[in-house]
Amino acid sequence: MKILVPISKVPDTTSKISFTDNNTRFNTEGVQMIMNPTDEWYALVRAIELKEQQGGEVVVIHVGAADAEQIIRKALAIGADKAVRVDTEPTDGYVAAFQIAEFAKQEGFDLIITGKETIDFNSFEMAGMLAELLDWPGAALVNHLEVNGGVATYRREIEGGTETVECALPLVIGATKDLAQPRIPNMKGIMAARTKPLQVVAAAACEQRTSVASFQLPDKSKQCKYVDKDNIDELVRLLHEEAKVI
Amino acid sequence: MSAILSIIETSEGKIKKASYEAAYYASQTAASLGLESVALVLGQASDADVAGLGQFGVKKALFVNDSRYSSFDSRAVSKAAVEAAGKINAKAIVLSFNQNGKLLGGRLAIGFGSAYFPGAAALPVMDGSEFTVLKSVYSGKASAIYKSHNGKAVIALTPNSLSPQKGEGSCAVEAFAPSFGEFKGSIKGVDKVTGTVPLTEAELVVSGGRGLKGPENWHLVEDLAKELGAATACSRPVSDVDWRPHHEHVGQTGITVRPNLYIAVGISGAIQHLAGVNQSKTIVVINSDPEAPFFKAADYGIVGDAFEVMPRLLDSYRKFKAASH
Repeated sequence: MKILVPISKVPDTTSKISFTDNNTRFNTEGVQMIMNPTDEWYALVRAIELKEQQGGEVVVIHVGAADAEQIIRKALAIGADKAVRVDTEPTDGYVAAFQIAEFAKQEGFDLIITGKETIDFNSFEMAGMLAELLDWPGAALVNHLEVNGGVATYRREIEGGTETVECALPLVIGATKDLAQPRIPNMKGIMAARTKPLQVVAAAACEQRTSVASFQLPDKSKQCKYVDKDNIDELVRLLHEEAKVI
Repeated sequence: MSAILSIIETSEGKIKKASYEAAYYASQTAASLGLESVALVLGQASDADVAGLGQFGVKKALFVNDSRYSSFDSRAVSKAAVEAAGKINAKAIVLSFNQNGKLLGGRLAIGFGSAYFPGAAALPVMDGSEFTVLKSVYSGKASAIYKSHNGKAVIALTPNSLSPQKGEGSCAVEAFAPSFGEFKGSIKGVDKVTGTVPLTEAELVVSGGRGLKGPENWHLVEDLAKELGAATACSRPVSDVDWRPHHEHVGQTGITVRPNLYIAVGISGAIQHLAGVNQSKTIVVINSDPEAPFFKAADYGIVGDAFEVMPRLLDSYRKFKAASH
């Protein structure tokens, strides 16, 4: 089974967010960039587990500049077999999805597993876009996935619960919590990652379809109004009369 | 371009609440552009409910009254929607950014060949013929205005980000049979928590953290939630140690909620938890530690022991409820 895992580069979860160039660019100064957590913890690890069970190959793909090498090597250290970097800065989610789909069409895969959402743009767009670009079935928010004889059984979140679905491969899966347990790369993996293949490919021509006109930081003027614990009736009154939420 | 299309999902024979929001959003957008609001209704619902979309400003419903569309096959749904959008010459497609929408939105943007605005938080503002839409980014730590590039858009609306105003009237209902009828995948089982309000659709949420000391104390959260008609939620450490089920975990790696009221009990307010709740309209924090970072994100705070405060809050609310009826 050949599995493709797209990996994205995002600011560390504890980063302080600020913007430059008149609030049109993210300020990367002093910010550590990491592999998108759900790509690493769930998508990549479940792909590796499936390969360990059934044989095959796990390929990670990143769309971006050469400074992502550290993140790509980490994915190889965790257990991916090879890596591909499409050498272009993705200007929107569509451009990234288009590049990944082009590569997937050439190489041929049985399964693509993405993370849940990237923690920078929170867009949940990769799984759906890839599925449509490849004209495959797909599912997002998947927390359990088995594959047997070319048929996947997955469990996905729905309103107030989950549903279990059986579907023949090929398939795009968007991961969420519990799909796998995170793995920490060991020394053997880190050594092996140095010599695993990292192929750099040129980007295919593609026009972006969205841009960010501006960013805004939240209004910091929010002031907590304290209510005394011996006067809880006052809280109920405020929620009813002032906040108008009950 | 002559219309805005909304995607209306059904569940157990009823139109989903999140889809009414999408219909209303589409109607408001259509009205501001002088276009028509058209709804695509997928799966089974009563004719009265479908016609009732008129109360949310919909002029015409294309009704795919076909049980195969009641189960969510994103490929078939996307193709049906793109076909409908072509038929009515749509300028934009609006859907809910709910569980299904998080896959469907990306598909639609490809099929429709447009910009994609996932997680829209407000109505679009036009910049010439282009859409600009506000959305939350960096897990709620900032927001961004996205702009389309080819005058077409797929807009996935964050649930509970606007309150639909119900008007009068009913819409025309037209049967629609999508030409693509290939379905892949079959549902083997559904596991739903019954009798409670689904967290992502809840307008009121009561959430507990480690400060409650153990699962045996959750009646403090549940009793108030029941009285309010609220959903219950929890912080990550609580679901990690299995005091509460994982589907209740809100935060950056769990569920993002946007209720009108979020009451946090015994939750310190780590940045990852705030990312999942900071779009709530009103936040109440109850914590015995006056230094808990959550107070900085709260509208109302009570410094006190949950074991003391929660029963009093329940009493106060019961008194209020009795007085207002």
